[in-house]
Amino acid sequence: MQRSFLSRLTGLAAWFAALLIAFPIIWMLVTAFKTERAAIAVPPLLIFKPVLGSFAAATAQTGYLSFALNSIIVSLGATLFAVIIAFPAAYAMAFRPGRHTQGLLIWMLSTKMLPPVGALVPVYLIYRDVGLLDTRTGLIILNMLMNLPLVIWMLFSFFKDIPAAILEAALVDGVNTRQQMQHLLLPLAAPGIASTALLSIILAWNESFWSINLTAAHAGTLAAFITRFSQPEGLFWAKLSAASVLAVAPVLLFGSLTQRHLVRGLTFGAVK
Amino acid sequence: MSMRRAVLAVALILGGGAGAVRAARAETLAVAIVNNPDMVTLQKLSPAFTKATGIHLNWVVLPENRLRQRVTMDVATKSGGFDVVMIGPYETPLWARSGWLDKLTNLPASYDLDDVFPTVRDELSYKGALYALPFYAESSVTYYRKDLFKKAGLSMPAHPTYTQIAQFANKLTDKAHGVYGVCLRGLPGMGENMAYITTLVNTFGGRWFNMKWQPQLESPAWHKAISFYVKLLRRDGPPNAASNGFTENLALFAAGKCAMWVDSTIAAGSLYDPSQSTVAKVTGMVDAPVQVTPNGSHWLWAWSFAIPSSSRHEAAAKKFIEWATSKQYIEMVAKDQGWVAVPAGTRKSTYANPAYLAAAPFAPLVAHAVETADTKHPTATPVPYTGIQYVDIPAFDGIGTSVGQDMAGALAGRMSVAQALKRAQRSAKNAIEAAGYGGP
Repeated sequence: MQRSFLSRLTGLAAWFAALLIAFPIIWMLVTAFKTERAAIAVPPLLIFKPVLGSFAAATAQTGYLSFALNSIIVSLGATLFAVIIAFPAAYAMAFRPGRHTQGLLIWMLSTKMLPPVGALVPVYLIYRDVGLLDTRTGLIILNMLMNLPLVIWMLFSFFKDIPAAILEAALVDGVNTRQQMQHLLLPLAAPGIASTALLSIILAWNESFWSINLTAAHAGTLAAFITRFSQPEGLFWAKLSAASVLAVAPVLLFGSLTQRHLVRGLTFGAVK
Repeated sequence: MSMRRAVLAVALILGGGAGAVRAARAETLAVAIVNNPDMVTLQKLSPAFTKATGIHLNWVVLPENRLRQRVTMDVATKSGGFDVVMIGPYETPLWARSGWLDKLTNLPASYDLDDVFPTVRDELSYKGALYALPFYAESSVTYYRKDLFKKAGLSMPAHPTYTQIAQFANKLTDKAHGVYGVCLRGLPGMGENMAYITTLVNTFGGRWFNMKWQPQLESPAWHKAISFYVKLLRRDGPPNAASNGFTENLALFAAGKCAMWVDSTIAAGSLYDPSQSTVAKVTGMVDAPVQVTPNGSHWLWAWSFAIPSSSRHEAAAKKFIEWATSKQYIEMVAKDQGWVAVPAGTRKSTYANPAYLAAAPFAPLVAHAVETADTKHPTATPVPYTGIQYVDIPAFDGIGTSVGQDMAGALAGRMSVAQALKRAQRSAKNAIEAAGYGGP
């Protein structure tokens, strides 16, 4: 009896926490269907006549689709290359660790500790000189490099879970390293690779600092699309909300469809 | 094998995509702008320009602060990412001096440069040469609620003083019904609270620097002005005034929560539009308040188009900015959206047009405010700088931001006015000396 009461209480608390976390997104969704006048009403309106005008305004002449296409290409491209590079790296670290492997792993993670703005000017100048400013290729490279430490870490922990004996047995059978990776490791670690890739896609999709600062008219992603509605002059709250809904909807949908894999990836190694 | 092929295919698609984008750049201009109602109209009408000239436009729309950073970085490193940039009177002379902008000469006779308000033209010039063309200009005024004034038996003079504003605010505040006597900017930022506070200090007789570039933030005029501001907003302002910028106050006034509001003329378009404002029929407008001197009591800002010297399409860019700031464009907006929506504050001919005067009752006041905003004499006593709501030196960006935080701190009650001014004086002194001005 007491137990069920406790678990019900926990459930209630979980719902409350979830609502609290989801509230900004829910409010954004609600505001997107308001008129600009209803959006600024004080106190905020809970009951109103929903309109689609803000969505129409947010997509008219703004090139939403080209921003969305850029987001898709950049997040998929960055993830693909990150996984391709991380796969052999994680293999080496998991199955052929050397004296410095542990230190290397920590060092890789430390590259995530520098605030991006600290590297803005050098990266900007390098990109200008090699002609990568305002290109999708440039954003793919940056997102790939940014996600690489995380992707390597995640793959590393998935690989650690695979019994080394299986790989050793194959080695005895005369299988070379490439075949070992391709025919054994790839299928065995497929779920892990999938959840790593999903996380990397989401991170690249939401990245805003570089996609705003390194793009001009061509390679802007949806993060750059949203900023055009964040304004000090004029009323843009409903339009900003509509634009944000349009920007997060694809990745939210994608995230909820693949939730099972994602949760497994995120909690991996947390409970052993 | 198939995996390798898939990787190759994706790489080709990505590479090919980037190549295709580059090929399409030939006759396309990258135009960096802020987003506001006037710019939305410009984007909507721009296909007419493309049809007439064959020049395509790619808009990069960013919020004001980010636009300033993003464009500065592009222009300063001569990256050539933008062909046309939207800047204001703060940037124009500074960037012109650094050689970042193209001089605008040989404008066609049909452009009629003499039709542009001289105060606005001067703002966009450096050493007598023009470096940007104004798209719209704004000043600051006092908005007030005619219905509330009538109910309280008050009448708003055409040229109010701050003493009067404080008296009215005291009488009109009705916190039980959520009506506040006065709304003013409190959100920290060079372009937010400091734009307003600088006009307030100017008209109270204060200045940022004396002729030796020594900061004057602990002078009696600053003390009086800031004490007045803090006391007034705490007594008669909305709650959490330190987090209200232009947009928040616009929302409050449009929702009927403010009896008075001193801010940009650009708000008039929204406040008089019944689809955006609940007080469209009862909003009145008079000059910005004055205290001891009219100098610098209302600001001047002109969002303008300039061509970075790194642009690779300078001739096409010039064609575009001439078109977007021309009389013909203004007429086109009038035909499409009605006269009330035309870009304001730039051309005398707009204000001589009976159709505009009939549609925009606030027009003469805006013209008067723009024409009388004297950026060369922004204060009662002489100063070594120009600019009414800013000081036209590169270091002011940082000084304005930091002092803005101190002022918001005083408003929010985190420190006293004297403490805030002491901190502000110290940081302004450090910054101005580090920038190489004045000194011993």
